[in-house]
Amino acid sequence: MLSEELIEKAVRNGFPDARVEVRDLTGSKDHFEVMVVSQQFHGKSLVERHRMVYGVVWPATGGQIHALALKTQTPDESQKE
Amino acid sequence: MKVNYSNEGDVQKAIAEAIQGNNILLFIKGTPQMPQCGFSKGVMDMFNYLQVPYETVDVLADPLIREGVKQFTQWPTIPQIFLKGQFVGGFDICRELFEKGELEPMAKSAVTA
Repeated sequence: MLSEELIEKAVRNGFPDARVEVRDLTGSKDHFEVMVVSQQFHGKSLVERHRMVYGVVWPATGGQIHALALKTQTPDESQKE
Repeated sequence: MKVNYSNEGDVQKAIAEAIQGNNILLFIKGTPQMPQCGFSKGVMDMFNYLQVPYETVDVLADPLIREGVKQFTQWPTIPQIFLKGQFVGGFDICRELFEKGELEPMAKSAVTA
């Protein structure tokens, strides 16, 4: 069973500098939106960024990546929103 | 469209050829007429909105293609979007590009160039 806490912890392990927000989209713990703001995304394409997040979340979630809608930003991009 | 191959060993090559041979190719679950997944429908909705022609491959029709395309891109989910032979991403990336207004020029140049 996935949870906001589990996903957030997994992301933080891989992105210690990150601001992480996890939202349960359905209220039934099967679809989450994951927002990660990290300096590590600087200069990386969206595909590269998503791969980086998948890489750290995959082991912790038993591969239940389908449940995650990802949004990735650098701190600079985040401030522009 | 269907990705044809003569034996299992040719799946990666067949996928590469399909991707190179189509300006916009979407690997989806289901068909444009009957999408079997909301995210697959979602990417087609975006390209329909932009009024650009695209080709689709239904991964549910062939387990070897379903696993093969994930292996090809090293990307864990379907749908997968390719423009001019380049992997663009999955639903989230497509939507982000769409919302930023970047998908339209990318798609239009893929079909006209």
